[in-house]
Amino acid sequence: MIRLLKWSLMPAFLMAIWLLLNQSLAPGQIVLGAVLGGFGTWVLTALDPPAGKLPRPLAAMRLFLLVVADIVRSNILVARIIWRDSPGRRPGFVRIPLELRSPYGLAALACIITATPGTIWVDFDSESRVLTIHVLSLVEERIWIDTIKGRYERHLREILE
Amino acid sequence: MIPIAELPGWAAFLVALLVLAGAALTLTGATGLLRLRTFYERVHAPTLGTTLGATLILAGSMLCFTVLQSRPVVHEVLILLFVSLTTPVTLMLLVRAALSRDIQEGRVSPPQPDKDRSS
Repeated sequence: MIRLLKWSLMPAFLMAIWLLLNQSLAPGQIVLGAVLGGFGTWVLTALDPPAGKLPRPLAAMRLFLLVVADIVRSNILVARIIWRDSPGRRPGFVRIPLELRSPYGLAALACIITATPGTIWVDFDSESRVLTIHVLSLVEERIWIDTIKGRYERHLREILE
Repeated sequence: MIPIAELPGWAAFLVALLVLAGAALTLTGATGLLRLRTFYERVHAPTLGTTLGATLILAGSMLCFTVLQSRPVVHEVLILLFVSLTTPVTLMLLVRAALSRDIQEGRVSPPQPDKDRSS
């Protein structure tokens, strides 16, 4: 059952995109969407994606809302920096040791960090497992490490590991 | 196509507010690209337009066409989905290219692993 769910998730996702794109729930479109979803998933397996666990939907939803709130807040912060820069601000690199191992979790973390204005994912050393990010306003390294580890990494591990 | 003039006043006001706010944020991001000093600072600025800026404009579009066509029009969320999945990749590539070149030319020292924390 779990296996079936896992295998039908990707086709269902692609079909949902197709239906949304065509803005229609007509039977013909549903059939076409199902075929395209199946085909897309088959193409994807050729890329040999690494195995991952099914994410916990509720925890994922919580992380999503957290990220949305953070993105809104950093939009305002970065806009303020652009229009009225404080002379004390200094940008810089921050290095953060990570315990997150799931490749999907790391990919999600990369998207979250980079999509949030003010922080950008620069590099992840897969041997020492240290992540380097660049921040627009480096108040204190500790705060950034706590934000990334305490907020995002903890949630992602909860969802995926 | 239903003419835009048929949009009721309250909706027109909300749509205008959303689109203007989104445009203002995107403009702020573009300005930041000009005003900030170093490359690494500059790459942060356009993310304003690709996150909240785009969201506000797309929300305005959704509201406008939902009211005009009297049915939910939500396929704009796809734009948001694709934009938020693809822009980080380009930004990361740009930053990494800049960093590796700066390290090569000795302008920036490579971020050193601090031994006290990474172990």
